[in-house]
Amino acid sequence: MSLETRPVTVNLGPQHPSTHGVFRMRVTFDGEEIIDVEPIFGYLHRGSEKLAEERTYSQIVTLTDRMDYVSSMLNNQAYILAVEKLCNIVPSPRGVWLRMIASELQRIASHFVATGFLLQDLGALGTPLIYCMRERENILDLFEMLCGARITNSYLRPGGVFMDAPDVFWPALSRSLGDIEKSIDEIEDYLSGNEIIFSRTKGTAVLSSESLVNASITGPMLRASGVDWDLRHRNPYDYYSEITFKRILHTASDNYARYWVRVQEMRESLKIISQCIKNIEPGPVRPSFDDVPRLVRPEPGDSYAAIEGSKGELGFYLVSDGGISPYRMHVRAPSLINLTLLREMLVGELFGDLFVIFGSVDLNMGEVDR
Amino acid sequence: MIKEWRGNFLAKKIELKIKNSVEKFDEKNVWINPQKLHEVCKMLKEDSLFEFDLLNSLTSVDYIDHFEVIYHFTSISYSSSCIIKCKVGYSRKNPQIDSVIDLWRGADYQEREIWDLMGIKFIGHPNLKRIMLWDGFPGHPLRKDFVTYDQSIVTSRGGE
Amino acid sequence: MDMGYSFGIIPSGFEWLAFILSAISLIGLVINGVLGGVIVLIWGERRLFGRFQNRTGPNRWGPYGILTPVADAIKTMFKEDILPKDADRLLYNLAPIMVVVPVLIVFSVIPFGLGSFVVDLNVGILFVLAITSISSLSVLTAGWSSGNRIAILSALRSVALLISYEIPMGLAVIGVIMLSGSLSLGSIVESQQIPYILVQPLGFFVFFLAAMAEMARAPFDLTEAESELAAGHLNDYSSMKFALFFLGEFMAELATAAIVTTLFLGGWKGPDFIPSEFWFGVKLVFVLFLIVWFRMTLPRLRVDQVLQFAWKGLFELTMINIITTAIFMYIWPEPGVKELLILAAINWPVAIISIWGVSKILGTKQYENLESLKNENAYPYSFKTLPSEFYHEKVEEGKIK
Repeated sequence: MSLETRPVTVNLGPQHPSTHGVFRMRVTFDGEEIIDVEPIFGYLHRGSEKLAEERTYSQIVTLTDRMDYVSSMLNNQAYILAVEKLCNIVPSPRGVWLRMIASELQRIASHFVATGFLLQDLGALGTPLIYCMRERENILDLFEMLCGARITNSYLRPGGVFMDAPDVFWPALSRSLGDIEKSIDEIEDYLSGNEIIFSRTKGTAVLSSESLVNASITGPMLRASGVDWDLRHRNPYDYYSEITFKRILHTASDNYARYWVRVQEMRESLKIISQCIKNIEPGPVRPSFDDVPRLVRPEPGDSYAAIEGSKGELGFYLVSDGGISPYRMHVRAPSLINLTLLREMLVGELFGDLFVIFGSVDLNMGEVDR
Repeated sequence: MIKEWRGNFLAKKIELKIKNSVEKFDEKNVWINPQKLHEVCKMLKEDSLFEFDLLNSLTSVDYIDHFEVIYHFTSISYSSSCIIKCKVGYSRKNPQIDSVIDLWRGADYQEREIWDLMGIKFIGHPNLKRIMLWDGFPGHPLRKDFVTYDQSIVTSRGGE
Repeated sequence: MDMGYSFGIIPSGFEWLAFILSAISLIGLVINGVLGGVIVLIWGERRLFGRFQNRTGPNRWGPYGILTPVADAIKTMFKEDILPKDADRLLYNLAPIMVVVPVLIVFSVIPFGLGSFVVDLNVGILFVLAITSISSLSVLTAGWSSGNRIAILSALRSVALLISYEIPMGLAVIGVIMLSGSLSLGSIVESQQIPYILVQPLGFFVFFLAAMAEMARAPFDLTEAESELAAGHLNDYSSMKFALFFLGEFMAELATAAIVTTLFLGGWKGPDFIPSEFWFGVKLVFVLFLIVWFRMTLPRLRVDQVLQFAWKGLFELTMINIITTAIFMYIWPEPGVKELLILAAINWPVAIISIWGVSKILGTKQYENLESLKNENAYPYSFKTLPSEFYHEKVEEGKIK
């Protein structure tokens, strides 16, 4: 006797609990095996790029917060770098050190979220997620001291930051650094040797480094395949050239490698922050309003600045026509571009791994759809 | 440090390999003839002098009388980068350009995004559909002549 | 004619009425006790979740939030009862009943204390194994009748789990049956001079894990894997039907804990100065805590790994257990405490070695020499540099001619 089998097409999302927001996939299954995937975007599209054309350069900072809302400091930094490049602004040293501290803290927070949600996707019923979120809360408390906001910071301004860190910030920061170090150890003790996590993440969604580079995929995903490509090292923006840190590389290029690279990068970020604390000196946190007015009017031209965001190369392309608002703003969103090979990663895997692979990309729908 | 190719050197080298491909250049940028774009991109990717294997960013700007498509390339082995631009769609009629998706997979979603929001057609793209907006959305919102909903209300009231 | 207890109260010829009345009151006692237990269990589990996750857990309704499950139940009952358009109406309505009833029946054979049980079947353990399988059938029914593709996937997984884990579960009990020489749960408890967990560590290990899989609890919660299938077969259920599924799930947890207690932890046995029901309760709470602990800490296994674990891991372990126990029973057909302690001394090393061996065979291998791979096979196979004038030289704007 032979049974007739038919592939089943299922819509996963946009209301599925683990699509990290409002992502939608049209997945075709043959039993448990995935045979086709079609990603569908746009459920969170807010037209940030169009909105930016009607706002001044300082106002756009608030728009960038809302793109990748778990790493808003990094978005601010990338945008501000593009503005500074466009206007030839020389930033104040103290402001630069402060924004480097802020963005490295944000990178740790973002990686905590990525790790926590990866484990949530593995089915750990919230416990590791809440542990990771607890550490992120510490960092958000620090941001609250810095700028009064926790998630949508809008802390950076062309030329530096908008206010100096209060006195209570520095002891709190050095205390948090120790706490975070300890909690990373804790998470690693608990997770990296766990047989279930290891057996589910090892060897799934392996991609060659050639195909990753060809698909413009950057960030921890690329470093997990062994390509030594970190813009903080390759193209040191801000004062990263004065800082020494280890580039974290893994060669397996599977889900475990991505997870491992993120966890190790958090440690390196801690080292970077402690070096920044050593180097920071008193001074103004931004140039005076005579040098950099509130309404900057750059010369006509364009600029592209990219930083190593928490998810990959985060770039801003700005075109100025001499007015107070950009003629065109484009965001090179790593979350969107890292999804390019989603189909290649998923086809042939089992349904249980679908959202684990999806989560290992570490995407944020606010940034995918903008 | 990633070194940026200067416009004149890049233009010279490209012109040496492929005749009549460079339209214009300045200190940073090189404008390529849209007809030769795919050929130039293939050369930029495969020639041992350039080896631009990473397509950082692909975007477009509406300059009212024409559109401009901007490519940012990086070579990982040379640690160098360059900017290639292309002017298409003069007098806003039927802007179209060759797709580079066969050279860089990373162009996939970025080209779809440009088609969706700016309305530039990429010839040879296998799945050129709207990505951010839904099918049947009127117009391409990032164009300068796109009338938003708010603006449409204001103009209709003003007309009354 | 034996008048017995009905003498003077019930007219002669109606003794069956006394029988029915006592049966109904007993059944009412057990069912209400179980439902009350479920309410406490839901509250306790959520409080424990809170503690595991570094938060307080429910604490608003009643002292320490103990009335939260009641509030939940009332809320759930007042929700709209949805029937999907594609649903098979009869099966869709039948499935929630099929979840609850078999689990309730299981409680009828469990001895809660010295002499406190509804019925002592002489094939008690077989009855339990047979009845609990019906729960998986109800998941299949629910998934199929919803007319929802995700629910059907959940139903298929449930059947795969049932087929795989029924076998190690049944085989794990054989050791206990051999030692006690009876299938009746009452006499199994009575024959435990020392708790069988000491004598049958492998049996306990396999039975506990298989039971977790059978009731689809983490790390085997494939049927309602939240991050994959949303809620699996429960996707389309709402209102009272959902509440029944919820109830059935927690009653299954309670029933599993009760059976594990009965088979391996000595049931109601304990020092005599405290009532036997208390000892049963203490052991029950301990097993429930173990289940919650497992659920809280471990991520989910993939479906192929779950089935592999049953067939390649648990099956072998039960075979080892049966063989050692059989050899022992051949030498001492009627073991006393001393002989049982000897068996324990043999079985614990056997258990530890065999579990270690199976984990070595089934475990995932570590990456091989990662350090040496670094930078050699990495993508840009060589780094090159161009003369610097390519990058830095002033130019004038213009066209090439």
